[in-house]
Amino acid sequence: MMNASFRLWLTADVTTTPWQARLQRAYFGWRRLCGNRLTMLGLAVLLFLVMVAALAPLIAPEGYDAQSLADRLAAPSAAHWFGTDDLGRDVLARMVYGTRVTLMIACLVAVIAAPLGLLVGTAAGYFGGWVDTVLMRINDVFLSFPGLILALGFVAALGPGIRNSVIAIALTAWPPIARLARAETLTLRNADYIAAVRIQGGSALRIILHHVVPMCLPSVVVRITLAMAGIIITAAGLGFLGLGAQPPMPEWGSMLSSGRAHLSGAWWISAVPGIAIVMTSLAFNLLGDGLRDVLDPRSDS
Amino acid sequence: MHLSILKAVARQASSVSTTLLGLLALTFFMGRMLPIDPVLSIVGDQADQSTYDMVHRQLGLDKPLYVQFFLYIRSMLSGDFGNALFTGHRVADDLMKVFPATVELATFAIIIGVGIGVPLGIVAAVYRGSVIDHFARVVGLLGYSSPAFWLGLMGLILFYATLGWVGGPGRLDVGFMDSVGTHTGFTTIDALWEGDMEVFWNAVSHLVLPGSILGYGSMAYISRMTRSFMLEQMAQEYIVAARVKGLSGWAVIRRHAFRNILVQLVTVIALAYAFLLEGAVLTETVFAWPGFGHYLVAGLLAGDMNAVLACVLIVGIIFVGLNLITDLLYRLLDPRTR
Amino acid sequence: MTAQLVVEDLRVRFHTARRVVEAVRGVSFTVGREKVGIVGESGSGKSMTGRAILRLSPPQARVTAKTLQFQEIDLLASTERQMLKVRGRRISMIMQDPKFALDPVMRVGHQIAEAIPADRRGSRAQDRERVLAMLDSVHIRDPKRVFELYPHEVSGGMGQRIMIAMMLMPEPSLLIADEPTSALDVTVRMRVLAILDELAAQRDLGLIFISHDLNLVASFCDRVLIMYAGRIVEECKASELAHAQHPYTRGLLASLPRVGDTRARLPVLTRDPAWLSS
Repeated sequence: MMNASFRLWLTADVTTTPWQARLQRAYFGWRRLCGNRLTMLGLAVLLFLVMVAALAPLIAPEGYDAQSLADRLAAPSAAHWFGTDDLGRDVLARMVYGTRVTLMIACLVAVIAAPLGLLVGTAAGYFGGWVDTVLMRINDVFLSFPGLILALGFVAALGPGIRNSVIAIALTAWPPIARLARAETLTLRNADYIAAVRIQGGSALRIILHHVVPMCLPSVVVRITLAMAGIIITAAGLGFLGLGAQPPMPEWGSMLSSGRAHLSGAWWISAVPGIAIVMTSLAFNLLGDGLRDVLDPRSDS
Repeated sequence: MHLSILKAVARQASSVSTTLLGLLALTFFMGRMLPIDPVLSIVGDQADQSTYDMVHRQLGLDKPLYVQFFLYIRSMLSGDFGNALFTGHRVADDLMKVFPATVELATFAIIIGVGIGVPLGIVAAVYRGSVIDHFARVVGLLGYSSPAFWLGLMGLILFYATLGWVGGPGRLDVGFMDSVGTHTGFTTIDALWEGDMEVFWNAVSHLVLPGSILGYGSMAYISRMTRSFMLEQMAQEYIVAARVKGLSGWAVIRRHAFRNILVQLVTVIALAYAFLLEGAVLTETVFAWPGFGHYLVAGLLAGDMNAVLACVLIVGIIFVGLNLITDLLYRLLDPRTR
Repeated sequence: MTAQLVVEDLRVRFHTARRVVEAVRGVSFTVGREKVGIVGESGSGKSMTGRAILRLSPPQARVTAKTLQFQEIDLLASTERQMLKVRGRRISMIMQDPKFALDPVMRVGHQIAEAIPADRRGSRAQDRERVLAMLDSVHIRDPKRVFELYPHEVSGGMGQRIMIAMMLMPEPSLLIADEPTSALDVTVRMRVLAILDELAAQRDLGLIFISHDLNLVASFCDRVLIMYAGRIVEECKASELAHAQHPYTRGLLASLPRVGDTRARLPVLTRDPAWLSS
């Protein structure tokens, strides 16, 4: 499948350019990742979900809000694979569009929390002194709350809605990243090559962005992937309480909640979204575990 | 030795108070982020300007921000969390009433978490790579990945509605409510106190499902950490030395490896207990369990900022307190830190 | 001298995902009531040999041998239960660094008492007396105070003496010393060795002294075995070390500085790949 000379270049014992070295490392890391079957399972599930989200209009052309009160609370059948809910909407269609919502929340939270955490953590670790103390005190304050409770507090203050729940969850997700980044920065701060860049006149910003952050990236990536599992559950929790995506937008957590009234009769309305949440969270956990074995092997066994 | 412990406590206390101050600042700030005007929510939008101004002054909103913050701290420290608009009582009184229910749930859960999690973790470490290890890992993974409130719903369908093995939502069957007095606030203990076995078993049947589901989550975390700690110790030289002395494998685990993980385990258990507060929020909602989490959600849905912020603050204080306790325990239990 | 321990063609293999690594490749020797030194560099397999005798190799290791016999016991064929009676009571081992080889959360006195075999235990007071006597025999000056200490509270030399006390408590007839002085300061080293010498003579012990220090082993032991890449390349009496045959040994001896040396440069040992397959 791979061009023979390209493969030779990729697996050569002696590298000639930094790019070749980086690509080699990535390639061998990828090979090791592939060897871990559970991790591949997690990755496959996630890719499947991305595909479902992308192809939603094709899979469920009727949209997520096609009500048909005559068909309400129908059990799973050939026409409705996952049955219908209390307004006669096809549960499968709502699940498929709900995938978009879930993945979007996950991505947005990651995109907000990771850079924020990296910035705060590396700044605290690099500058030390009162910058470190102040930033870490703030960090400690945020860390003193379990994720859901803090998110609930923020949502209470900001009001319900998807945008606010994303902000709320992101505010609970950045502290562990900052703490991790700071720990990594502290070990790097006194390295000789950092001193060398400083002597050459590199500004603090340049050192942090070009040298410190890349070293922190592997463990941050692992941490964020593993955190995704919890973020999905927190988002579902907010949706369950009606604080996330507002109706009629489909969100797995709120779908779970709407099924509560019909638990003994139409159990599928609550069961199916829950299974999806478990699957997604599990996939992130498996992927994160595998990434940790490849990128950050010294933590945990 | 005592002086050094005192000094350490003093240092901890000062860092803890700054954290607490930060907690208060955060909740104060959250309270001010409201998109709703708090005066309007009290007087309604039909009130005239003078009523509005009066309430505005009463709430202290005309004073500068830092004065408001200072007044806020003062009232928080004296336990005055304001009034819960949706119950009509003082928040502090409400909290006293609902906390025991959550503690009962959390204690049951932690007993399961530790009772199953620790032995499972030890066995998984000793027989690393075996079927038990993989089983423990799978069970643990599912525990992290499953939302407790969904497990609650599924559990209710299966074990309550279909099989009838356990009691349903609430702490007691409707018929038994108020049949025992409130001595400790723990329905199970109160029933035992009065010798009413029927109520006791009913309370237990209601406690089992939500407690087990919360316990499952704790168990997943505790067993994984126990396994990790045990593997770390088992790779140490003193374990080989103990075997050289002629001790059997399990004697070595019991007398050496396990005793060395106790300190870390205590920290993990305290953390797990704190996480139970988080899990309780939605589980109590699903099971209509009249505890702290249920109160928080009810206050949230009613838009009662006093109640919500007080709850958030209390959780923060509990977390910080637990951290402090584990630090002290660390110092007491590990001879190397003295 | 009758041999207590007979080792013939001992091999220790590790099966990794890609290939089989042989840490010990067919080692044969005997040990009587004498002091035998095993010298080698890191990776020569000397520690693995010591652990294999006690069947304490890492779990991934596979140990095979034509003969692995201690007195009347076939060590290779013994089950784990049978080995429990061998370890401590018949063969014991002292390890390199007491900082890591002693349980950090247990007082040293209790750790030594733990080494008393179950059938020889008495009351707590009696066991305590025996421990104190043992601490005395390794020349620890205040045994009562030291009994109550934790491992992190004792110095390196004292820690090693405690380890010796602990491992000789069950009264073995063969003692394996795995780099016992490598983690100690030079001055402390001599004292610990003196204690080891005294006890070995008193109790008529067989001693296997594993080290990377050729000089030390030559001065301390009766016989010397040189290991390289998992094999024994030389075996001779310590007194005849200067007449060693194998080029590796000659290279080692040549690279050691000597008082009164007239050489301007110390020769660096050149490794002949032929040694790997001798």
